[in-house]
Amino acid sequence: MSIAFDKLDDAFEHRVRLQIMSVLAANERYDFNSLKDLLGITDGNLASHLKALEKEEYIVVHKSFLGRKPNTNYEATEKGKKAFKDHLNTLEQLIKQQKLS
Amino acid sequence: MEETELQNELASIRSIMERSSKFISLSGLSGILAGIYALIGAGVVYKLLENANADPYFFINGVRAKLPDHKMPAFSRYIIDTTLIWELVAVGIIVLLASVITAVLLSSRQAKRKGQPMWGSVSRSLLFNMITPLLAGCALIFILLFWGHYSFITFYVNLIVPVMLIFYGLALVSASNFTFGEVKYLGLLEIVLGLVCACLPGYGLNLLFWAFGFGVLHIIYGALMYFKYDK
Repeated sequence: MSIAFDKLDDAFEHRVRLQIMSVLAANERYDFNSLKDLLGITDGNLASHLKALEKEEYIVVHKSFLGRKPNTNYEATEKGKKAFKDHLNTLEQLIKQQKLS
Repeated sequence: MEETELQNELASIRSIMERSSKFISLSGLSGILAGIYALIGAGVVYKLLENANADPYFFINGVRAKLPDHKMPAFSRYIIDTTLIWELVAVGIIVLLASVITAVLLSSRQAKRKGQPMWGSVSRSLLFNMITPLLAGCALIFILLFWGHYSFITFYVNLIVPVMLIFYGLALVSASNFTFGEVKYLGLLEIVLGLVCACLPGYGLNLLFWAFGFGVLHIIYGALMYFKYDK
């Protein structure tokens, strides 16, 4: 029984991307710097993973200015939330399966 | 993927969801210390009231005056004695400042240990949700002091401790969405205590309620949190 494996979302192959989606599932919006501090990764690394999720249309970007500083916020789309939930369900099923066998 | 690897994955998701939306670095030890400061503060206030009561002279707007009946209960006395009012306000502010500074210092140490930013979007939400009811309560207390002082009606002053307890409880309930869920129960207890206190005006029990709500409850709560999360 290995049907569940190919149900795992490729977009979440990277741990960082899954972590980003976890944060955006638990919070309405999250800004770039807080996300960077929380995950403890570099600017470039975070930006590239965010870009990938944006390309999948799992997240949307909101750009604004706080005084003169640019402030970038991220929000999960409905599509992204559904993909995240499905991914979690699949992980759960995989664990159950392996416990049975 | 191995089973343990899958479980690690799920555990890391759960932890990151919690860390991103809740300030889990709130120190239990700082709760215990805040309770101790409050009890010391209550002791100082008790002494001040007692000393004031033993003295038939008092100051009203800088003018020395003598009480017609110096056996007037301490509690109604402090609405007319301006020196005493400011002494009591000063004790309250010192206790508050000491508690806040302790909480910030100990929590930032805890935050470092748990890998959570001390000043991030979560602690900002926590602060905002806490400070709104607190500022409203503070404003109301000064309004009550003002009315009590100028109308000589003890009723206003008797409401100060209930207002402190109720608004502090509301602040905790609203902050509890951004930190440990247990904070909500402490908040509800403070609100109930404040309402009970408001039902018993003029019994001179206000100081006792204050010491219980800000002293004893903080120590019990802080100890529970310390053993559950600080380790």
